[in-house]
Amino acid sequence: MTKSLGPVPRGGHRNPTFISVEGGALNAMGLPNPGAEYFVESIKELRREKTPVVASFFGSSIDEFGEVAGILSDAGADALELNCSCPNVEGEMGMLGVDPSNTERATSAVKEVAKPPVFVKLSPNVTDISEIARAAERGGADAITAVNTLKGMAVDAYLRRPVLSNITGGLSGPALKPVALRCVWEIAEAVEIPIIGCGGVSSWRDAVEFMLCGATAVEVGTAVMERGFEVFGEVVEGIRDYLEENGFRGVRDVVGLAREA
Amino acid sequence: MSGLRARPDTMRVKRLTAVKKEAEETVSLHFSDELCSHASPGQYVMVWNPEAEEVPMSLSSMEHDGTSSVLVRQVGESTRALCGLKRGDRIGLRGPFGNGYTIHGSSPLIVAGGTGAAPLTPLAEKMASERLRPTFVLGARSEDQLVYRGRLEKLLGRDLLIATDDGSSGFKGLASEYAAKLMGRRRFDSVYVCGPELMMAAIFKEAVGMRVPIQASLERYIKCAVGLCGICAIGPFRVCKDGPVFNTEQLLAVQDEFGKKRMEPSGRAVRVDK
Repeated sequence: MTKSLGPVPRGGHRNPTFISVEGGALNAMGLPNPGAEYFVESIKELRREKTPVVASFFGSSIDEFGEVAGILSDAGADALELNCSCPNVEGEMGMLGVDPSNTERATSAVKEVAKPPVFVKLSPNVTDISEIARAAERGGADAITAVNTLKGMAVDAYLRRPVLSNITGGLSGPALKPVALRCVWEIAEAVEIPIIGCGGVSSWRDAVEFMLCGATAVEVGTAVMERGFEVFGEVVEGIRDYLEENGFRGVRDVVGLAREA
Repeated sequence: MSGLRARPDTMRVKRLTAVKKEAEETVSLHFSDELCSHASPGQYVMVWNPEAEEVPMSLSSMEHDGTSSVLVRQVGESTRALCGLKRGDRIGLRGPFGNGYTIHGSSPLIVAGGTGAAPLTPLAEKMASERLRPTFVLGARSEDQLVYRGRLEKLLGRDLLIATDDGSSGFKGLASEYAAKLMGRRRFDSVYVCGPELMMAAIFKEAVGMRVPIQASLERYIKCAVGLCGICAIGPFRVCKDGPVFNTEQLLAVQDEFGKKRMEPSGRAVRVDK
């Protein structure tokens, strides 16, 4: 999974761009990236090493979403993740993913040019996430990733000012999990396509909870901070043990199971 | 302050207990912070002057009385803002982060270029407390740019060796040239460096040729400092978390980048030119 790539290089916001908070982290990196074109070589290199690549990407207009998707698709990415839900660049480029019709249009524009499957990553900062999920499905999304960070902020009592240079940032980590689980639950109700759950997955147990709510797979991010890259293997091993221990044949047996209770 | 217990990755706000001029356009900022005072030489903190950008700085002292310091030289907007701070001003601190130096061997050589003396001076102090006598090359462009000279002289006496590019004090030439000379004359069994990357790369080459293990502290653009964002990556390593100090094997693994290229904030590679 790459960091989100855009049409042109971006340095992102100036520091402070990251701080730990109760139960998680707040970040406002501001989509720093070298530009999709520049990253093509890295994708090809990873593909030569047989590493599956999910290329996350963004644009500031519907056309740009299509343009960047074309570059990454041609580079050989195994899947694309359309990031229309970054809370940290709203002022600059708006948050396309809060509007159902824009989400649908961006998704179809991307689907028109993309050869590999397209995941659409949704924001929890909306009134009704299932409405946006349905729009992505109508646009042709192959899967929904839920959710991106929850918009928040930190203020220091002594400095009497916001800590992040961008003022607001995205909350990730354990504090986000209950919100993310609820989002996955609601989306599972609304769409037929698979859901990739994320937002506070730090252990196999978190992963299983997401699956029980309807996720077929999970993404892990912030947990790397405390548990290192080993966390990925630990989550996979833990899921395997859980399935075996409880007599399930595979992940599919667990997906959405809590919905039947 | 908040409901959080002090953890390295949370931001603490501290008042500066002292600001000392160490050289031309170079000051040390002193503050009281429990976590920093227990840090190891080579570890760094993210220092934030609330009027400017938060930047990574090696800890240049960690005292038993709970105070610590960072050494700041004016090189850009953020460091200028930090140099303008006065005693009593507040800064934000995250860290200490990173691994720090690992002391081994019995005959260490330390080579500091410019503000590279920041992590290496407390390293020399730690070595001395472990009854090791390091040879310390302190290099700078000219005499008025030398930092911690007095502190090191007191600690090391004649084992402190000075190199200046312009010859205004000690050996005339680059610290790396002086170090290479010394390594040719005497058998050291470990080398510790910090300073301009090209200087470190030159000493690295020398050390590898002589099969002497070396540790170098790398500088990269750092944002999150906790190993998440990837902007400080060099080869398979994250400077913020796996470093900033790297050993011979690690440096050999990133030979195509070390001393050659680094990532700018966007993630594009640029040439290392100093």
